[in-house]
Amino acid sequence: MAKYLVKRVGFILLSLFFIVTITFFLMQAAPGGPFTSERQLPPEIEQQLNEQYGLDDPLHVQYIDYLKDIAVWDFGPSFKYPAQSVNDIINRSVPYSLILGAEAIFIALSIGVLLGVVAALKHNKFGDYTAMVVAVLGISVPNFIMAALLQYVFAMQMDALPVARFDSFAHTLLPAVALATTPLAFIARLMRSSMLEVLSSDYIKTAKSKGLSHRVVTYKHALRNAIMPVISYLGPLVVAILTGSFVIEKIFAIPGLGNEFVESITNRDYTVIMGTTVFFSVLLLISILIVDLIYGLIDPRIKVAGKGGGK
Amino acid sequence: MAQLNLKQSDFEPIEYSEVEAEKIARESTSFWKDAWRRFKKNKLALFGVAVIILLGIMSFLGGPISGYNYYSNDLINSNQPPSGEHWFGTDQLGRDIFARTWYGAKISLFIGLAAAFLDLIIGVIWGAAAGFFGGKVDEYMMRIADILYGLPYLLVVILLMVVMPQGLWTMILAMVITGWINMARIVRGQVMQLRTEEYVMAAQSLGVGKGKLLFRHLIPNSMGPILVTLTLTIPNAIFTEAFLSYLGLGVPAPFASWGTMSDAALPYLQYQPYQLFFPSFFIVLTMLAFNVIGDGMRDALDPKERN
Repeated sequence: MAKYLVKRVGFILLSLFFIVTITFFLMQAAPGGPFTSERQLPPEIEQQLNEQYGLDDPLHVQYIDYLKDIAVWDFGPSFKYPAQSVNDIINRSVPYSLILGAEAIFIALSIGVLLGVVAALKHNKFGDYTAMVVAVLGISVPNFIMAALLQYVFAMQMDALPVARFDSFAHTLLPAVALATTPLAFIARLMRSSMLEVLSSDYIKTAKSKGLSHRVVTYKHALRNAIMPVISYLGPLVVAILTGSFVIEKIFAIPGLGNEFVESITNRDYTVIMGTTVFFSVLLLISILIVDLIYGLIDPRIKVAGKGGGK
Repeated sequence: MAQLNLKQSDFEPIEYSEVEAEKIARESTSFWKDAWRRFKKNKLALFGVAVIILLGIMSFLGGPISGYNYYSNDLINSNQPPSGEHWFGTDQLGRDIFARTWYGAKISLFIGLAAAFLDLIIGVIWGAAAGFFGGKVDEYMMRIADILYGLPYLLVVILLMVVMPQGLWTMILAMVITGWINMARIVRGQVMQLRTEEYVMAAQSLGVGKGKLLFRHLIPNSMGPILVTLTLTIPNAIFTEAFLSYLGLGVPAPFASWGTMSDAALPYLQYQPYQLFFPSFFIVLTMLAFNVIGDGMRDALDPKERN
């Protein structure tokens, strides 16, 4: 187990190194300097700014400095908002995104699994068709269109929920649902096919012929085994929620990290773009590691600390 | 019990001839004919095909039919709701939404098809090479793919779009840079699996060369999963285009795509909802059509579901 963890953490650090390097040089290649604007700065001031931010150093010095800063979790200053550091921006906005993301993941998982199970139990009946129509629609309706639709129906026409911002629980509902739509549909489809497969397997027949009740067979025997593909979908789920948050937070005017990321792109605020990208990558790599560990704990067929060093 | 009416003649042997015995009663069917037969039974998938054909035709005819073009402003007639004059209404600058929708169809479908096609070419070559040669070559080729695959697709596309100048082809390029990996992984898996089949061994023992083995046997037999992946890549590319437009990284004006049209209409949702409705509706319809076609193809091409 310890050996496996060390190996995985090593791989995460290596991936991070690649990501930091790629984003650093991509942003260097981007057109325009950080102080390019319609109003031309006097050359002396620009010179001084460059000196202050270390932008007149040779590229490799800047790169090594950036690596050193990242290693101690310092993402540097924002160029567009000089009073703020990228760390400030991240610390301020992450709580909103976390709440929204957690809510969306909860909705996607609970309703997705429920729909999939219902569809499998009512195979080729009305319940199955309804659930699968919902799932195909969910995959085909992009989250930003879902967001506009929800805003229009529930906030503007029915006036039932707030249209934007993020102040109370009621504010979180529409964005969370919009964010959850596509992954929910994916989970429902995954759950349905894996449940169908499990329900036709021999040990379910055995359980039934032993005289176990329908309930015990469905929930204790079938569901526990059928849920494995959904668990392995948790990694892509986190990715979907994270990238989805870019548009959803923008549409609902939520001051989360996704919104800050989009803002920094519009402003061409390169340090913020780099910092948030690195932060997103750390978040993703860690959550994928956690998912793999959970998978190993739940599924006895997979040994995390297997003989071959967890291969 | 039913009474059997048997005659003497029923027990006489039927005439037997070599020719008769060798005759094939039913017309022989190939894999693709069989798949097409099963695909045809899927009403939803056929509906998808019809929708795509219709959208394709309208993307060329829609503009001329409306009598407007996609770029002319008419500020006096801005924000007109749908009417006999402007079938889908007009936008903030008085441009005809009907004409813009079909022009957008051209752009969105083109982006989807071009990105999917480039993914196909790179992915098939890369994946087939890795799966076919195996060993060290495979390991290095797939390690490169793994590093790119570990990054979230949309994040990479966004970063690339920030760096590159805005435009139609840069958008397609940004999508393809990481988009081909999925295809490559699927082709590699197929090729590796097929390589151990008996017919490949038979071909090899008959002296078939490597190139011919790859292009004559391995790739054609992987065509099923390749086609399904291709079909499901198209809605993904259309989604990505619209997504980027929402972030202000879409095709530059005065080009119209469904994504840029939706993005421009979003702030006016409360008073001119139809401006958002039309482009959004067609994004959903197109993605739905490609998704049901992809599902139908997966079912039709899966030998396990044959019946």
